[in-house]
Amino acid sequence: MLKTFKIGGVHPCDNKLSRGASIEILPLPAKVVIPAAQHIGAPATITVQKGDRVKVGDIIATASGFVSANVHASVSGVVQAVDMQKDAMGIARQSVTIAVEGDEWNETIDRSNDLITECNLSPKEIIDKIAAAGIVGMGGATFPTQVKLSVPPGKKAEFLIINGVECEPYLTADHRVMLEKAPQVLVGIRILCKALGVNHAFIGIENNKQDAIEHLTKEAASYPGITVVPLKVKYPQGGEKQLIDAIVGRQVPSGALPIDVGAVVQNIGTALAVYEAVQKNKPLFERVVTVTGKDLATPKNLLVRIGTPISSLLEYCGGIPDSTGKIINGGPMMGRSLCYPEAPVTKGTSGVLCMNEQESLRETDTPCIRCAKCVSVCPMGLEPYLINVMSRKKMFAELEEHKPTDCIECGSCSFTCPAHIPLLDRIRVAKSEVMKIIRSRK
Amino acid sequence: MNETLLFTILTLCALGVLAAIILYFVAQKFKVYEDPRIDDVEGMLPGANCGGCGFPGCRGMADALVKADNLDNLYCPVGGSATMNSIASYLGKAAVEKEPQVAVVRCSGACDKRPKTNHYDGTKSCVVAASLYAGDTACSWGCLGLGDCELACNFDAIHINPATGLPEVDEEKCTACGACVKACPKMIIELRKKGIKNRRVFVSCVNKDKGGIARKACSVACIGCGKCVKTCPFGAITLENNLAYIDPAVCKLCRKCVAECPTGAIHEVNFPPRPVKTETESTSEQKKSTLSEGNNPTRNEQKTETQE
Amino acid sequence: MDKKLIVSPSPHIHSNTSTSKLMSDVIIALLPAFVVSIFFFGFNSLIVTAVSVLSCMLFEWLISKYLLKKKPSLTDYSAALTGLLLAFNLPPTLPLWIVVIGALVAIGIGKMSFGGLGCNPFNPALVGRVFLLISFPTQMTSFASTKAVDALSGATPLAFLKEAVKSGKPLSELMGYFSYGDLLMGDKSGSLGEIGAAALLLGFVYLLIRKVITWHIPVYILGTMFVFSGLLWLIDPETYLNPLFQILTGGAILGAVYMATDYVTSPMNYRGMLIYGVGIGIITILIRVWGAYPEGISFAILIMNAVVPLINKYTRPRRFGMVKAK
Repeated sequence: MLKTFKIGGVHPCDNKLSRGASIEILPLPAKVVIPAAQHIGAPATITVQKGDRVKVGDIIATASGFVSANVHASVSGVVQAVDMQKDAMGIARQSVTIAVEGDEWNETIDRSNDLITECNLSPKEIIDKIAAAGIVGMGGATFPTQVKLSVPPGKKAEFLIINGVECEPYLTADHRVMLEKAPQVLVGIRILCKALGVNHAFIGIENNKQDAIEHLTKEAASYPGITVVPLKVKYPQGGEKQLIDAIVGRQVPSGALPIDVGAVVQNIGTALAVYEAVQKNKPLFERVVTVTGKDLATPKNLLVRIGTPISSLLEYCGGIPDSTGKIINGGPMMGRSLCYPEAPVTKGTSGVLCMNEQESLRETDTPCIRCAKCVSVCPMGLEPYLINVMSRKKMFAELEEHKPTDCIECGSCSFTCPAHIPLLDRIRVAKSEVMKIIRSRK
Repeated sequence: MNETLLFTILTLCALGVLAAIILYFVAQKFKVYEDPRIDDVEGMLPGANCGGCGFPGCRGMADALVKADNLDNLYCPVGGSATMNSIASYLGKAAVEKEPQVAVVRCSGACDKRPKTNHYDGTKSCVVAASLYAGDTACSWGCLGLGDCELACNFDAIHINPATGLPEVDEEKCTACGACVKACPKMIIELRKKGIKNRRVFVSCVNKDKGGIARKACSVACIGCGKCVKTCPFGAITLENNLAYIDPAVCKLCRKCVAECPTGAIHEVNFPPRPVKTETESTSEQKKSTLSEGNNPTRNEQKTETQE
Repeated sequence: MDKKLIVSPSPHIHSNTSTSKLMSDVIIALLPAFVVSIFFFGFNSLIVTAVSVLSCMLFEWLISKYLLKKKPSLTDYSAALTGLLLAFNLPPTLPLWIVVIGALVAIGIGKMSFGGLGCNPFNPALVGRVFLLISFPTQMTSFASTKAVDALSGATPLAFLKEAVKSGKPLSELMGYFSYGDLLMGDKSGSLGEIGAAALLLGFVYLLIRKVITWHIPVYILGTMFVFSGLLWLIDPETYLNPLFQILTGGAILGAVYMATDYVTSPMNYRGMLIYGVGIGIITILIRVWGAYPEGISFAILIMNAVVPLINKYTRPRRFGMVKAK
């Protein structure tokens, strides 16, 4: 019996179209737009000016607080502008535009392909190096990694959990990384273990990625302390709390953090970035992005520089299909739809998904038939139907006891609702309103 | 037989007396004194329970009015000065004079002025859309047109005009309770003083983007050029973050700024029409829109006449 | 690209279930029992069912169009399902005008007066059935017999035994009239759809496979009935019926699997379903053993329907992280 999380969950069709496509390097674009805020927390402070010449890996914005992350140039060339640029959601944000000239890397970066397994740095030095490289959670949450690794005093990490679940349909970026960069990932995990001072790391992989499970199990044999845990396929297993529950059977209480049950969760992509940052001095300026869609000519997994316009990724995979109705930044369950395809790839972009018009439009909602399917699929054990109704009636004060703040926005409720009610839309509003109430009380 | 009857009557009487004694002491113990004036004041309030005063319903307001030492911060926007004065004289306190206000929608990016750049397909609610993204036009500040203000209004005073996609305030019905102001996630609606003969001049735009970007997104946006600031003889207009704002307390309704605004972002309301000096294409188009709105007598809005 | 992109909040995909698909799945699940019914009762059952379904749909259409001024939503098949379930709860020989009245009460009072689909507190088909049972007791309790056993004279097995026990006959003598095989296959007198226990269970399996309902409510109800009546049977097997007999007769399976699990009128979480199921089970046996009616599950479901809002208010689903927090 394979492990999985205990409450709720759904089974969307996985549609992993690009499963077999090896990671390709996307040719450099003509210019990149790098936003200063690509992570959760305070936006980084931009340190370059118009006209400055930068190399790949040069720092262009520094972290402006504890929860913040450095940003590096992903290309070499001249800074064309430092101004407000619209992000994928159409909201203007501070960004650096760089016109690409050649591909000259910062000299400190080790560009060789040799695997360096030894790491003699102290935990503090490792965390500092990770912070300097501007690494954030690569699964999409983009929480600065150094903050997650700095265990607060009085708490103790017991094990590291690596998220290789990739439960979002369509996405295959982590899957390909596990297949193609297994040794690097494993060294990265060892470094993360050292930084946290833990001896055990579990890599959770759903068993629809049989090849990755076999490959990593084989490779991990030479790295003591790392165990590969095959998991039953169920969405949203990639959720931090769900993954901890699935692998070690501990449930993070409401309002608490994974560290409260002794766990730290990191993504496969993050482990790779950590390896590159610590062993190769390479900051986070490129990432693997799945470019996919049913009507797309050739779905691919691409190694892309941060700031590349999403349209050029699609162009490389055969162009935006005429039938496209919606382009999604991320997977279809939690990804956000783009306002315009020129938006840049950021540190959190795990996939780009083209949906055709037919798939894109929502069906009209019909009355709630109280089937309780939303309640039974909610992985947090909430009552989506109730939160939806109360949110519509603006009963936010009364809503607090129903814990909309626990919602992880996985979308299982809206996904499963037979009446096509967009439950999550209003639950999100309830979540932010209740957050405001809680914060105002403090 | 008689004994049974007697016994029953006695038992019942004893129980009744006992219950009365208990009730008496309990009532004494838990007695809550409530000022009878609260009921009277509540009766004088409009009873709309809109929350415009900041209290949960009219009773909450009545309670606050009776308990307050002075009425400086208490004002019922629905009842207005008349209600406040009568309550104040009843309570023997001094009422604050406040000018009647009205809700003003500060966005005129109608469908034809502000082209759509994407198609929104989520829940029909401004709050939901605003939490998701900038909006379905290139202007990330303007009205989303999904009608949260309309739903929030208890007085049937604000409606989305399907032709423009923008909300319109019915000045007769608007009580300035502020429900729509709170409901709007883009903070477009403002309470402004009604003005003499309901005449008002205001900047109908909240776009803080730079001029070029704003204009590209919407042909009637405030581009922050500052012409109005220079024109205003009273210094009522300030320019901040590429956006002009007319202070209603200082504005003398001279309307000079309206003529000066290159995009027509400054609106004048309820003024008698003035003679048109030059007829350019843009003015005739705007006149047409004035005419189409003319059949609504309460809302006689004059669009700006641009003279270039 | 000139085309405007569509923007909407996540999730961007849907499981493709819909109200109409769920409803039609329930209708499909009821088909085997319908076939059994036609086999034993013949043309009558077909006519009664057709009249019930069509009049339910007609009333739904008329009421939503002319009284509620809403767009009629016959396409979600909920009215058809109500009609089918109502027919399953009626004697196959019932005069058709009574069937039409039942449909009017079921749809008009049971469903539409509360605002239509999703708003009704009581199972509409049962509202219709119970209304008829109280208003037309003679017609509603005269059943055509499937078997030429004189002793039964058209009474349902439970009604027959109840009368017999009252007149002081020991049960062990009477049980010889029935065989479990007949009860399972449907060779007994009773309401149109309740007789084929095996066919109804087949439909239950279909519903479970299609994930239309979960096992909770039916199992809780039947389990409670089994345990409760089993206890009574152990106390005195001559007065009280054995538990298996209780479950196979009197529409227990039809009620537990198809009526009590009605989405709208059942609780919203598994804990609530436990209270609801156990409640129905206990009330059913109470009515059967000590009440005036021989069957009782209709009343039990309606009584528990009334409690559902309260159950929903006071039961919460198991929250994530609550285990450790205690």
